[in-house]
Amino acid sequence: MAHHPELPRTPGRSAAAERPGTDRGVRARMRAPTANRTTSLHPGAWWLWALGLATAASRTTNPLLLALLVAVAGYVVAARRSDAPWARSYGAFLKLALLVLGVRMVFAFFLGSPIPGTHVLVILPEVPLPDWAQGVRLGGRVTAEGLLFALYDALKLATLLICVGAANALANPARLLKSLPGALYEAGVAVVVAMTFAPNLIADVRRLRTTRRLRGRRDRGVRAVLSVGLPVLEGALERSVGLAAAMDARGYGRTADVGPALRRTTALLTLGGLLGVCIGTYALLAAEGAAFGTPLLLAGVAMALAGLRLGGRRTVRTRYRPERWGPRAWSVSASGIAVAALMVYVGSAHPDALHPPAVPLTAPPLPLWPAAAVLLGLLPAFVAPAQPRTPAAPEPPAPVPRQTARLRPTLWATAGQPGGVEAHPHLATGTEAPRTAGDSGELPGHDLPGSHPAQHGKEPRR
Amino acid sequence: MIRFEQLSVTYEGNAEPALHGVDLTVPEGELCLLVGPSGVGKSTLLGTVSGLVPHFTGGTLTGRVTVAGRDTRTHRPRELADVVGSVGQDPLAHFVTDTVEDELAYGMESLGLPPGTMRRRVEETLDLLGLNELRDRPIATLSGGQRQRVAIGSVLTPHPRLLVLDEPTSALDPGAAEEVLAVLQRLVHDLGTTVLLAEHRLERVVQYADRVLLLPGRGRQARLAEPAEAMADSPVRPPVVELGALAGWTPLPLSVRDARRAAGPLRERLAVRAPREADVPQARETAGAMEGASLRYGSVEALHRLDFTVRRGEAVALMGRNGAGKSSLLGTLVGLHAPTRGTVSVGGEAPHRTPPAKLLRRVGLVPQEPRDLLCADTVAAECTAADADAGAAPGSCRALVTRLLPEVPDGTHPRDLSEGQRLALALAVVLTARPPLLLLDEPTRGLDYAAKACLVAVLRELTAEGHALVLATHDVELAAEVAHRVVIVAQGEIVADGATAEVVTSSPSFAPQVAKVLAPQPWLTVPQVRTALADAP
Repeated sequence: MAHHPELPRTPGRSAAAERPGTDRGVRARMRAPTANRTTSLHPGAWWLWALGLATAASRTTNPLLLALLVAVAGYVVAARRSDAPWARSYGAFLKLALLVLGVRMVFAFFLGSPIPGTHVLVILPEVPLPDWAQGVRLGGRVTAEGLLFALYDALKLATLLICVGAANALANPARLLKSLPGALYEAGVAVVVAMTFAPNLIADVRRLRTTRRLRGRRDRGVRAVLSVGLPVLEGALERSVGLAAAMDARGYGRTADVGPALRRTTALLTLGGLLGVCIGTYALLAAEGAAFGTPLLLAGVAMALAGLRLGGRRTVRTRYRPERWGPRAWSVSASGIAVAALMVYVGSAHPDALHPPAVPLTAPPLPLWPAAAVLLGLLPAFVAPAQPRTPAAPEPPAPVPRQTARLRPTLWATAGQPGGVEAHPHLATGTEAPRTAGDSGELPGHDLPGSHPAQHGKEPRR
Repeated sequence: MIRFEQLSVTYEGNAEPALHGVDLTVPEGELCLLVGPSGVGKSTLLGTVSGLVPHFTGGTLTGRVTVAGRDTRTHRPRELADVVGSVGQDPLAHFVTDTVEDELAYGMESLGLPPGTMRRRVEETLDLLGLNELRDRPIATLSGGQRQRVAIGSVLTPHPRLLVLDEPTSALDPGAAEEVLAVLQRLVHDLGTTVLLAEHRLERVVQYADRVLLLPGRGRQARLAEPAEAMADSPVRPPVVELGALAGWTPLPLSVRDARRAAGPLRERLAVRAPREADVPQARETAGAMEGASLRYGSVEALHRLDFTVRRGEAVALMGRNGAGKSSLLGTLVGLHAPTRGTVSVGGEAPHRTPPAKLLRRVGLVPQEPRDLLCADTVAAECTAADADAGAAPGSCRALVTRLLPEVPDGTHPRDLSEGQRLALALAVVLTARPPLLLLDEPTRGLDYAAKACLVAVLRELTAEGHALVLATHDVELAAEVAHRVVIVAQGEIVADGATAEVVTSSPSFAPQVAKVLAPQPWLTVPQVRTALADAP
């Protein structure tokens, strides 16, 4: 373990902690540190882990294994996510997954399914369709087998979504973009700016709805929402111009002088590389010409990478505290990859276990070894740095019961926001200031006249 | 350090140049204060130094600006980034990343400094500005003063030789403003950084300035002078300078300390008089009240069992540091938040349960950013909308606007108004419904002394007509001039509540300059002293 923060040495534990050979010392060293800028996990590791789980999910339709995957992802998110705004996106992904499930089932119910089944649940009146719509059916028999098949299929898609949601909730997107190669930096900035734009737009909408209320208009309903559209766009445009000016004034876009030869080489490599990748992929997918497909694809990738590397020479930027890929990042990503690899292996060796048949109608079995493999994905819940439980950032206030439900006081964001409390000693106690006001605070040693200490102290009002 | 040679700037579509014939040199290592009334081109001048004018704003620049030997016509802002650090009026518009530490590093990353240097400078800057506890915090959760410090820190890390700041303390409470100014002092004294800053609240900064760049406007030449000399013919001056001019002191005092040393004879002359009693309103009907009201945002208690009453004809100033709960209190009175416990009543009804159209006639709020209240694209359309909202006779809003802003034509876009004009327009829009209770959140931000005097006159008239006023403000001079009563809020509780003269003079942070100079006598404002001296035989 390369990057360990100092462990808190409580009196009872210090002796054991100092002797790394002992059981408790080793355990203390292995324990996940609290996440901060130094120890936090590389966001790429989270993505690898989540993509590993997603790959595993794509290899099976066994509902029990899929449920296990969802549980594993959910447990890790619950154990390791932070209070950051992006971490709240997990709930949205869960809802999206449920929606996908629901939509798929509704379609299976009304459009029928090609799965032959004997357990007829209900027979809907069938809508006769013209010849050109052959193969499409509306209504007709609804069988339990057909619905079950649709459920398995939809569950797979939902699990994929939940895995992506987990990566989103666990990895800081801004940091991930910071890890991009230098030549892609500007594209990364564009994405980061776009991401901060969404919250700003929402704040704008709320502010304008507050305005409507202050002007005595209704702040709810379709018309109220529509009427704020234009001002919101106007505000967004103004903000982007302001941001561009601020970024420029702080040196954004400074470039190093590179010779024209290097510039041309970069362009050639990048374009040639992309072309190679395209043709190579096409050849691979087109069934014929697979022989030259793979080498062309590899050559294309190599050229594109070289182009990116050369392109990086134009930027003069350096990186402040880049993300480090430590042993914990290795183990997190390895756990995800292991789940994927084992599932792929099982899928090719014993395909039946991963794809329980919908016909005939039976309860799906739980294959033991694949289930154990999925459990490997729980590793990050123990090795990834834990999030400190800090008092949450100021929450928006509880919604007001009637007219102003869902209205939040963003109007007051600049001055009156609670939580942004600064320590001014003279106000912290509400009494006389211990500090004088600059050199203008040349006051007599005692209080000014008319002061009544009691009035300034605890007595709230008279 | 900065050389302006016959600089003129004309924006597109304007006949008049925004700046004309500026020709001077700002020397290195000084804190140079840019002084002038609203709309005289202060922000434009600052923009020409960082290169944003004309590269980003458009317009025509004639003459030449040279910063550390680089001509801003041939160098884009990004090529000046290593010598000039600039922070605009709104620090939020300045932030590129989402956390404090990344923000401090951003400029250095763009310049390509080695990682070791970046790390060291970030740590140094965190200490210099007292930001270490905030290093991992998302910028969106910071308070105004913290944001301003982060913005200054983010341009400090590349070690620029020149710092350009536009109104760095206007939005801050007195304590936070002092923190920021102390940092600037340190930069000038310890690091030899040149600082050029524009500020409307001269009472806060003029005593720190080494030199004043005066933009008097009305066709007069810009010039660079010693602060005392510049103040003598400046169209805008802080109360301490006004008092000095009134009493005929030379040289003019810039700080309370200077003024106190000269104030002996004046105190003797005033000793026999008392300030004319502000006509304290008779006990009238209650316009708004809160009883044991609490307000929670998540785990933060913004208001805690607060009792507060305001009567008609009375002006109350709410003071306290940023984030103390002033705006939450106003928001609760206007029904934007429902109190978590306790009761709030405005004109006998609970504001959060009253339909907006009805509430409009009981209470009105002018928000901190008056622009937020305006939604039409011309002044005339704004007035028509306000009449319709309030159910007032057509033309009533326009009549109010004409009274407050005689010279503004109908077709002007609200965005093109000056800060003071926009505030007046927002005030007119709110007043169209004639609410007995009027709330103003930080009304003097960005106003020069002339606009402030105008506002004071209007507010006095309103209280005389029987409106109740509640002002949340950091501006002690405004509170001293308008308010009958001052309420100090801290951590959602009222910690002081009493007549203005008593509350304000008992705390150095909230005492106006005149009170500090003439203590122990109970004078608060220059007009009071002027009246007293004029009454003298």
